[in-house]
Amino acid sequence: MSERPTIVIEVRRWHPDAEQPPWWQAFELPYREDQSLLEALQHIKDELDGSLTFRWSCRMAICGSCGCMVDGRPELSCHLLMGDLAPGPVRVEPLAHFPVIRDLVIDQQDVLDKLPVAGAYLVPGDDTSATEPSRQTPAQVAEYAQFAQCINCLLCYSACPQYGLKPDFLGPAALALMARHDADSRDAGQAERREARDATSGVWDCTLVGHCTEVCPQGVDPARAINRNKGASARDYLLDLLLPGRRR
Amino acid sequence: MTAQRHPDLRVIDCDLVVIGGGGAGLRAALAATVADPSLDIVLVSKVVPMRSHTVAAEGGAAAVLREDDSFEQHFEDTVSGGEWLCDQAAVEAFVAACPRELAQLERWGCPWSRRDDGRVQTRFFGGMRVQRTWFAADRTGFHMLHTLFQTSLRYPAIRRHDEFFCTNLLVDEHGLAGVLGIDIATGHPVLYRARAAVLATGGAGRVYAHNTNAGIVTGEGMALAARHGVALRDMEFVQWHPTALPGSGILITEGCRGEGGVLLNAEGRRYLEDYGLGPLEPWPRPRAMELGPRDRLSQAFWHEDRAGRTITTAQGNAVLLDLRHLGPRRLAERLPMISEVARRFLGIDPVTAPIPVRPAVHYTMGGVATDLDGSTTLPGLYAAGECASAGIHGANRLGSNSLAELLVFGRAAGEAAAVRARSAPRPGEALAAEARACMAPWYAMLEAAPAAERPRVATLRNAMHAAMEDGVGIYRDAEGMARACEALAGLRAAYRDGVALDDRSLAFNTEWLSAIELGHSLQLAEVMAHAALARRESRGAHQRLDAWRARDDAGFLVHSLAWCAADGPPRIEHAPVKLTRSVPRERVYGGAGERVALD
Repeated sequence: MSERPTIVIEVRRWHPDAEQPPWWQAFELPYREDQSLLEALQHIKDELDGSLTFRWSCRMAICGSCGCMVDGRPELSCHLLMGDLAPGPVRVEPLAHFPVIRDLVIDQQDVLDKLPVAGAYLVPGDDTSATEPSRQTPAQVAEYAQFAQCINCLLCYSACPQYGLKPDFLGPAALALMARHDADSRDAGQAERREARDATSGVWDCTLVGHCTEVCPQGVDPARAINRNKGASARDYLLDLLLPGRRR
Repeated sequence: MTAQRHPDLRVIDCDLVVIGGGGAGLRAALAATVADPSLDIVLVSKVVPMRSHTVAAEGGAAAVLREDDSFEQHFEDTVSGGEWLCDQAAVEAFVAACPRELAQLERWGCPWSRRDDGRVQTRFFGGMRVQRTWFAADRTGFHMLHTLFQTSLRYPAIRRHDEFFCTNLLVDEHGLAGVLGIDIATGHPVLYRARAAVLATGGAGRVYAHNTNAGIVTGEGMALAARHGVALRDMEFVQWHPTALPGSGILITEGCRGEGGVLLNAEGRRYLEDYGLGPLEPWPRPRAMELGPRDRLSQAFWHEDRAGRTITTAQGNAVLLDLRHLGPRRLAERLPMISEVARRFLGIDPVTAPIPVRPAVHYTMGGVATDLDGSTTLPGLYAAGECASAGIHGANRLGSNSLAELLVFGRAAGEAAAVRARSAPRPGEALAAEARACMAPWYAMLEAAPAAERPRVATLRNAMHAAMEDGVGIYRDAEGMARACEALAGLRAAYRDGVALDDRSLAFNTEWLSAIELGHSLQLAEVMAHAALARRESRGAHQRLDAWRARDDAGFLVHSLAWCAADGPPRIEHAPVKLTRSVPRERVYGGAGERVALD
């Protein structure tokens, strides 16, 4: 068998105990074209340096664990093939706009805390003790299905310049999940979500850059979700002016 | 980088700890807080809940829904599918509870695929005689998990401790008293004192090299329970999913075949008709050909491969899963994720080319033996989901029964644990001292001087994989299983002598955690090998090539029970299977039948 080609992966590293700022470390390793970047990082950890630290789990772009910046762009490392990254070198960094816990591991608590604020859950409307499933037509499912594909991988937060500038912005995923539930025919939570939607940290903070939609590995299109809710927010504002007292 | 030693133990009191934030754990936590809103519930998980492996389930969840279906038929399919090793009372309770649980998920927002009139759509699955599998395209587990996670956000009484790695269960004279572990971000120890815990830690598929499982599926929950004298049941029954990608093992859902996909060997022949699943026509019909059960299909692959009728890929031999006749519209509607997976990872568009697939380890059918309410023999400890053996899968699980199982038994365990949490006396102050003593060996792993001759984590893990693939595969014989037992005993001894860690710091030390996981995985692998060796018959997913090629109801219509020892091999015993109304008979698939419409 012929020698496998090698590639250089440069990783930005940091450890909270280290008395130094983040540093770059280069690893040279053999690779296969059909191998994922995640598998290459695993090779480094298993064979070259067990201290290299990153999250991963499912290997198939559905668990949302392995986000990182690859050559400056937010990506899932399991979703990139080495053949597409060769000849390298490949530069891997922690996701932008998040505090770093260690190496490629970022602190995701801020976004997790924003999900309940955004009302990112269904508020059952009718009889909650029913034991039969309710009906929902395929057309009604289609109203929210795209926004329901969000895996909370946080790539959109790294891509969003507004989140980088203004961390209290609810951000693309939380607002997409807000729109997902608002658009669900079974949901009765629109009024509950309205305050978060209309707040300065809600939809109006979005400056329509659209990078969130470009980097989404699941085609969620948070930008479209936010635009929908901008329309709803504006409509509610006008209706409140025209019809005082309508708001619950 | 060296750690500061002996970080302080944080002690937190609560009523109930749920260990694991996948489908079973979230369902248990929700059930407990609904049953008793005053309970202080802590949900700990080594990953953020939506990263749990439930997320990767694709094809669907079983529950009687259609008018042509009945509990009796779901029961019969499940019990015959498990080759009569199921506990029939458990199956009866399970099938009756499935519809209510899936409807509950619907009420919580799960985006089930629908019929034109708005009713939930169902699809065929292997070994099921009726379209019984509810699905959300081919992302069913993802949508179920996110629905459960999102719903949990409505209940502040469920406090989450994400990225908490459980290392020990603590027990006193009243039973379970606490859950001890490591806060992953800081590496500091935390003790949750509580009178009830629900183990929902998933399976152990990662003891094999080729598997469909996420990296987290290392099985330590089972090992933690076993350390306290709880039996592990039926661990020799490991499910190979027949259609995974060669190399990576990424899952290609059984829903492909439920939607009409077919399997072809290198000669283009639908070879399953040669393995007791034919005749081919009329096609499609349930419980025949590609709609046969997973054990039979994986075994058929093994024979085709031995006969040289598989194709060669860079990542190993494979057969072809042909979906082309479904057409682009149906693929986009019903199977979008696996279509994307095939395009992304193989550069193959299933609209125009078949997908190479081969079996990979998928599911741990055994686990912590539980009663119908999830209770174990350790008072206060409950288990649900893949880490548990509630008794419904027997010798072969039918696809789509496990997503329903984690809801049914997750709920049951949560409700029972909620009662227990209120009724038992508070754990005493002495528990903290015991916790510190229990933590010492884990921290000692960081202090051990790096020794050149010590094996790396990956070295031992690879050796474990090799032993299991070699000796405890789809087909087994005494010689191979004994070889695996011996190899695993050697690996456990090597592990006890110490593994070499490059990383001896505390903060987010995943090398350290993977070393701890490895110790548990080695123990479970050894249990699987010994339980397999002790089953001197062939049944379901346990098929032998030596003197015990036939099913033996007289001798082995029994569960295996494994009791673990700290160092040595497990003790294997057998216990009767509880039958209620289905008398064991020949397990038959294929044969005559009527063509059905796949709508």
